[in-house]
Amino acid sequence: MDLYEYQGRDLFERHGLPVLAGGVATTPEEARAIAERLGGRVVVKAQVKVGGRGKAGGVKLAEGAEETVARATDILGMDIKGHTVHKVMITVTADVADEYYFSYLLDRANRTFLCIASVAGGMDIEQVAAETPEKVVKAPIDAVEGVDEAKAREIVSAAGFPAEVADQVVDIAVGLWKAFVAEDATLVEVNPLAKTKDGKLLLLDAKISLDENAGFRHPDHEALVDQATVDPLEQAAKAKDLNYVKLDGEVGIIGNGAGLVMSTLDVVAYAGERHGNVKPANFLDIGGGASAAVMANGLEIVLSDPSVKSVFVNVFGGITACDEVANGIIQALALLEQRGEQVTKPLVVRLDGNNAEAGRAILDGANNPLVQRVDTMDGAAERAAELAAAGV
Amino acid sequence: MAIWLTKDSKVIVQGMTGSEGSKHTRRMLAAGTNVVGGVNPRKAGTTVEFDGTELPVFASVADAMKDTGADVTVIFVPPQFTKGAVIEAIDAEIPLAVVITEGVPVHDTAAFWAYNVAKGERTRIIGPNCPGIASPGASNAGIIPADITGTGRIGLVSKSGTLTYQMMYELRDIGFSTCVGIGGDPIIGTTHIDALAAFEADPDTDAIVMIGEIGGDAEERAAEFIKANVTKPVVGYIAGFTAPPGKTMGHAGAIISGSAGTADAKKAALEAVGVKVGKTPTETAKLMREIMSAG
Repeated sequence: MDLYEYQGRDLFERHGLPVLAGGVATTPEEARAIAERLGGRVVVKAQVKVGGRGKAGGVKLAEGAEETVARATDILGMDIKGHTVHKVMITVTADVADEYYFSYLLDRANRTFLCIASVAGGMDIEQVAAETPEKVVKAPIDAVEGVDEAKAREIVSAAGFPAEVADQVVDIAVGLWKAFVAEDATLVEVNPLAKTKDGKLLLLDAKISLDENAGFRHPDHEALVDQATVDPLEQAAKAKDLNYVKLDGEVGIIGNGAGLVMSTLDVVAYAGERHGNVKPANFLDIGGGASAAVMANGLEIVLSDPSVKSVFVNVFGGITACDEVANGIIQALALLEQRGEQVTKPLVVRLDGNNAEAGRAILDGANNPLVQRVDTMDGAAERAAELAAAGV
Repeated sequence: MAIWLTKDSKVIVQGMTGSEGSKHTRRMLAAGTNVVGGVNPRKAGTTVEFDGTELPVFASVADAMKDTGADVTVIFVPPQFTKGAVIEAIDAEIPLAVVITEGVPVHDTAAFWAYNVAKGERTRIIGPNCPGIASPGASNAGIIPADITGTGRIGLVSKSGTLTYQMMYELRDIGFSTCVGIGGDPIIGTTHIDALAAFEADPDTDAIVMIGEIGGDAEERAAEFIKANVTKPVVGYIAGFTAPPGKTMGHAGAIISGSAGTADAKKAALEAVGVKVGKTPTETAKLMREIMSAG
């Protein structure tokens, strides 16, 4: 889960790291209250999870409460690269003399964590790394040993931070590591880590990603999810414990296992190239079990998407037997009718693997006009795409 | 022969008394796996019966190894306890630990991996979030269905569970030496490269299928490894060609950010070193079939 800048600022503040005083507002009136509390000159920043908001006019200075209200009114509701601004962060301003870069992140290739630090902050670090690689230090961090003062001094010296800020960077490096671990983050990026004209270091921006797998030890992280920007279908799926991602196409997809479903998306997209360019409408992995209840929940979500014109159920019976899956599909359709749902979209079902013959016989026996059986993955994808194209 | 798991492997199960653990212990036994016991400190000294087989429960992995000579552990404990269970296995220096558990925090995986490295990597870790390893006809450690395919001379390494099964099924008439599901998490104990190296060295493997998916650069690194070290034919498949950037598709690792990690980049890297890459699982199986029939 990626956090907003204001959530990152709050998180840093909670962990005792130096940030600018500030708050977040969803209305101009809330902005006024924050401006009055902070006093003087403030900066009003659009909260969107996309870069380039400064250029888009999403970052403005304001003097006093009235001007803050005016700027917040301008920015709230703005569209920045397809993201609507629902919140603005308001902070006091800082006199910045120098900008550095500091981050911790997951290093998949080396199966550990990495610290990236540079005295050339404030701009895109990938560009700095490409143009002046000598200005960027990448230090592997041992996941067990972590970052203590000695390790932090090593990084600070390798990155060439000026002597007058070295002690402060060491403290921030150690504190930031503690926050990184304590919050189960996979990324904390501070750009810029700013030196003010009076020589103080401040964390002026925050890009933070948290590991959702660690949710069981962070009940507070749930509150960080911004429900306003979650797709309603994804929200409904999450409430039913389904692994669902909304996409832009017309062919609803249900399968078991993340890899197989991803592969199904590909096969459907290829077939779509021959049938009106239809595309997968979603990713939905119902997992290994694929019981009737789970299948019904999955079908309900997929069928409630108005852009879906046909549904492809692609199940490989590994541990689950295909006859159980077939019964699940038939029962799921009956269950949906009982719930008062009108099922009118065609379903293409491909069952293979464990007890496939029995499963196919059950589908045939049920004789449901909406259910079409195709026995290969590629063939079924072709049929589902064709039906979607005809229904568009 | 096979890689890492043979008919002589003695398998214990951490979490054997839990619902997933007991279900799959039964299945592993039915597949002919030599399961010799389980670990649960609270139930140490008791036994559990699986369709006529009495299995002892031990207090620790070390105790189980001492008593039974176990050399493989399969871990089914919930995510909260996975790090502790793996560290216990590493401390006992068991040669192979297969971590099935899904949803392990990446800081925990990073920690037990760092611990394993510090201890000299005496334990091979497969997973977490993986279906395990199966050497058809010999032994099965994990949740891969045992009856999809018989023994043969193809080696399979895959990030994804059901795609593994799909590929085993497509090529079931030819058969497999060993199938390894390495898992789709951002940090995993055994990589494509580890499996490629083992298959290259295995006299009973003639060709290798490698299944990857979007995210990270494991497939690109595997391609470099193949170029320098693998002489046996390799066929590849990558899932997620049409996945939109920035969306996580189930596996925590399967997310594309920016241009790196796309299926196209992986395909290009593999093809550049002579690996044939199928567009779909079925096409991939066909490519392997051609190689095996050319003999």
